[in-house]
Amino acid sequence: MGEIDMSNSVQVTAPVASADAARETKFHTRGVQVFYGEKQALFDVDLDIYENEVTALIGPSGCGKSTYLRTLNRMNDTIDICRVKGKIELDGTDIYSDKIDVVHLRARVGMVFQKPNPFPKSIYENIAYGPRIHGIATSKEDIDQIVEESLTKASLWEEVKDRLEEPGTGLSGGQQQRLCIARAIAVQPEVILMDEPCSALDPIATARIEELIDELRDNFTIVIVTHSMQQAARVSQRTAFFHLGDLVEVGETGKIFTTPRDQRTQDYITGRFG
Amino acid sequence: MSFTFVLGALITLTVAGFYLGRSRSLASAGGSAVRLHSRPHYYGYFVALWCGIPTLLILGVWTMFQTPIVEMIVQSNLPERMLEGDPAQMSLVMNDIRNFASGNITSGEITPAVQAAADQYTSLLQVSGLAKFVLILVVGIAAIAYARGKIDPALRARNQVEKTMMAILIVCSVIAILTTIGIVMSLVFESYRFFEKVSPVEFLFGLEWSPQTALRSDQVGASGAFGAIPLFVGTLLISFVAMCVAGPIGLLSAIYMAEYAPLKVRGAVKPLLEVLAGIPTVVYGFFAALTVAPFLRDQGTFLGLDISSESALAAGLVMGIMIIPFVSSLSDDVINAVPQSLREGSYGLGATKSETIKRVILPAALPGIVGSFMLAISRAIGETMIVVMAAGLGANLTANPLEAVTTVTVQIVTLLVGDQEFDSAKTLAAFALGLVLFCVTLCLNIIAMAVVNKYREQYD
Amino acid sequence: MTDAVMTDVQTPDQMRRDRAAHASDAVRRSLKKRYAAEARFRAYGIGAVGLALACIVILFSTIISSGLPAFTQSAITLNVELKQDVIDPEGTRDKSTLINANYRKLVFDTLLAEFPDVTSRRDKRALTAILSSGAAYQIQQMVTADPSLIGQTLELSLPVAADFDLYNKGVITKETDESDRRVSNQQMAWFDTLKERGIIESEFNTTFFTNADSREPELAGILGAAMGSLFTMLVTLALSFPIGVCAAVYLEEFAPKNRLTQIIEVNINNLAAVPSIVFGLLGLAVFINFFGLPRSAPLVGGMVLALMTLPTIIIASRAALKAVPPSIREAALGLGASRMQVVTHHVLPLAMPGILTGTIIGMAQALGETAPLLMIGMVAFIVDIPGSITDPATVLPVQVYLWADSPERAFVARTSAAIMVLLTFLIFMNALAVLLRKKFERRW
Repeated sequence: MGEIDMSNSVQVTAPVASADAARETKFHTRGVQVFYGEKQALFDVDLDIYENEVTALIGPSGCGKSTYLRTLNRMNDTIDICRVKGKIELDGTDIYSDKIDVVHLRARVGMVFQKPNPFPKSIYENIAYGPRIHGIATSKEDIDQIVEESLTKASLWEEVKDRLEEPGTGLSGGQQQRLCIARAIAVQPEVILMDEPCSALDPIATARIEELIDELRDNFTIVIVTHSMQQAARVSQRTAFFHLGDLVEVGETGKIFTTPRDQRTQDYITGRFG
Repeated sequence: MSFTFVLGALITLTVAGFYLGRSRSLASAGGSAVRLHSRPHYYGYFVALWCGIPTLLILGVWTMFQTPIVEMIVQSNLPERMLEGDPAQMSLVMNDIRNFASGNITSGEITPAVQAAADQYTSLLQVSGLAKFVLILVVGIAAIAYARGKIDPALRARNQVEKTMMAILIVCSVIAILTTIGIVMSLVFESYRFFEKVSPVEFLFGLEWSPQTALRSDQVGASGAFGAIPLFVGTLLISFVAMCVAGPIGLLSAIYMAEYAPLKVRGAVKPLLEVLAGIPTVVYGFFAALTVAPFLRDQGTFLGLDISSESALAAGLVMGIMIIPFVSSLSDDVINAVPQSLREGSYGLGATKSETIKRVILPAALPGIVGSFMLAISRAIGETMIVVMAAGLGANLTANPLEAVTTVTVQIVTLLVGDQEFDSAKTLAAFALGLVLFCVTLCLNIIAMAVVNKYREQYD
Repeated sequence: MTDAVMTDVQTPDQMRRDRAAHASDAVRRSLKKRYAAEARFRAYGIGAVGLALACIVILFSTIISSGLPAFTQSAITLNVELKQDVIDPEGTRDKSTLINANYRKLVFDTLLAEFPDVTSRRDKRALTAILSSGAAYQIQQMVTADPSLIGQTLELSLPVAADFDLYNKGVITKETDESDRRVSNQQMAWFDTLKERGIIESEFNTTFFTNADSREPELAGILGAAMGSLFTMLVTLALSFPIGVCAAVYLEEFAPKNRLTQIIEVNINNLAAVPSIVFGLLGLAVFINFFGLPRSAPLVGGMVLALMTLPTIIIASRAALKAVPPSIREAALGLGASRMQVVTHHVLPLAMPGILTGTIIGMAQALGETAPLLMIGMVAFIVDIPGSITDPATVLPVQVYLWADSPERAFVARTSAAIMVLLTFLIFMNALAVLLRKKFERRW
């Protein structure tokens, strides 16, 4: 392949996946195609997501990363003109088949959005919403416990424990996003999908969330879409690079950023475009 | 001198002024428009405005005030004994004079004094009309001559014309305020005259409504009760029935159309629901009286209930149908205004559509929905024709929708549509009722608008 | 028990898996109930929409089914001899003689001739009740217009009285008790005989469209009310359109954004929601009582309706003006146009489709208004067709109200027919507004 000039490459600081654990496949996707009406947004994506790891999806704007992310919890169903083709399996079962109920799926695969979107309710009610509707907890004590646990896991408990009745929309941007993460955690998902969770936040809030993501990795599988390569390098163990609807390259984060195989990957990483 | 004729003459003069002005401007610039400050037609408008505005003002003011002034003159020329008489008697006499002068039937015999007064009335009006016409001609021509004399290539005709146009625009805007002032003043003024005869306390808190006044103090039926509480209760009862119909149907329709319906269905159904709003209320009233009331009465007989043929239920039901688009249209807007991100957040957690609507969207949209309900209630309270045609005329203080009740608006109509002397407490009561109606609906509207606007701010 | 406790200790990982599994089970169990609730909720929504649409269907079908019979009218064909000695015995052909002649006798005699065995006075009166009073009037009009017809025998189609028209249409039947009906059995028998002789016909009811109001249902028409509506609408349009557009232009383009203009805006929004009857009270107090304008004239009605329509036009025009992008104004100003010229040459023409749409909708609302016009007296029984804006008149919706109040059964069909005419106008106007909007309004 010849000498690749990596002098502009990104510093990888994320913890590496431990080599000894046999990583179980959480999501197994093959030949994923997504159409918005006549326009095709994803072309034949083959990607595996492993359990208890952070997988980052990177690439320039409009390359299909968010689209792919949303296929994993069938959020694309809410868009009328969107059609999804291919095999997307969660723990071995195709999530677009009749065997999987979409409501159940979304309880198992949670989502955090780009712009924090807490409900116009109190902090307590924001967290309690999910467990209540799913019937996971019904008594006040159970819900109190879940609220405290979720907020603790989202490292927000100390800051809000005395003001749980205040509206969730009254928090700062970073706190709101952590609230949304706590809200997602409250339904005990197995996977958390994050769609550019820090793009609307300042650097300090971003750093806190990145810390949080690393802590969450022990209990959840995380897939994060980010337009910042540095962020991917800081938090993820595996990285997948998308370009114009194609999955160009996927691999261990360290290898992607130091020895990419594809020229396009290298161009993107070294900042030639995007 | 008919009004149309004078108006026609005025318009002709103004148009003539336009052409005269325009030709003069070209003439003063030696035939070419280049030397003029403004385009030639502006000079035409300049002259036309100088002619048109004063003459139009004269026409308007003179026509509006000519009848009251003539009547004042005629009245002051009547013999002494008539002037000292009772005011009710005086307005009867004035009515007679008016009717006799225009060739209609009069109420009493024609005394020589009345005949002379009527002759004077007619001749005064004729003279006035002629004088108006002459004045307009004179002023118009003089204005044209004056304005034309001012035309010069250096005259900034466009600026002057535009300033005048701006003044006209401002006046038009003020007319809207004048309307409100007019409404408030006329209602307050007439209500004040009413409250001189009937105490406000009796009116607002009295429980008996049987408005009668005697023309002479010795007539039977001189006792009248003007307690408006039965009317308020009747209005509220019928509005309540209406909202029981329109509230659920309107809100659920709005939810379905905003969240569930495919685009084509929404595009077809929304205008259809607007049809309900466009049907004249007299049609609804007829429908209520013709079909709904008899149907309900028959159903009542079938079920063993005694449902009046003028029941609050019938009127309220039909009024509810009329109000459905008010609730559904406004609620649809506020539901759509809830940001999509909230819906996505809820779906992402695994909520079903109905759970998202019930627990996230409706609470978020609640202020707006409450506002829309308030506007609908305000509309129901102010509605006239449906209740006039389908509800009762007798005041009845009850909470039972199967009985006949009457409302504020029905009473306003009943009190004024008839051959009533204008000064009696009976007709003035209508104005007092109108004042209450105006104030209540105004408050409801202001609060509703404030609530809806505050809600919109939250999401914009 | 200690053994059980020892073996129950789990690793954090196991605990987490257990909790997740428990949650997942809870979710699965809840699904059935939740989907059932979802289906119910959706059904409520569809039900509500369906109910609302059903109301429209019921309303329209009731009106149409009760109104259609009014478009046909029974008529009787008789050979009437215009006897000189009854109409004009002295042969002077004097106008007042012709007008005052006893045409009733002519017509009644002709009908009585059909039943020679009817002799008693009571029976004769019952028989001649079949003819409408308009029959004699029709002949009077004919003869007065063309006196040369005197002496001839003409075959004329004359209007039948309303009760018999109802019998002919099957509204009055033998099923009700004779004492409860307005048409006796004997009269029905006579009518049937006439039908068998083929001289009773049902023809299209042109009198409905050419006559003004009348006490007799068979002679009542909507022309008077329609002309009254026309004049009133003309006055309303002539007043509200210029004033409304001027006010909207000022408020949108020139007014400084200060407290005063805010007050004016709030004021206009509130006026739009004031009950219509209050405007009627205003008209009564100010226009009729203070300024002494003629009661019940389209001029006053038009002025009151203009005040009502003003807020609608102002609000719609402001929206149309606001929709024109600022770039157009800036371009015109950049070329040296004055602010007034920018508005009159550029903005106003572009906003015109929206303004016209709003005006048409406002006019449609005004056309259907009844309550304020009742207040200013347009509720009298007017027999003449108004010729100008100061003649006493009534409007179509008020005519509907008056007929609806009338106790005669025959007026029911006519009321519905008048409503159909009114609704047709309204549908036409609204369709025009929608067409205008679709064809001319631009999306910037």
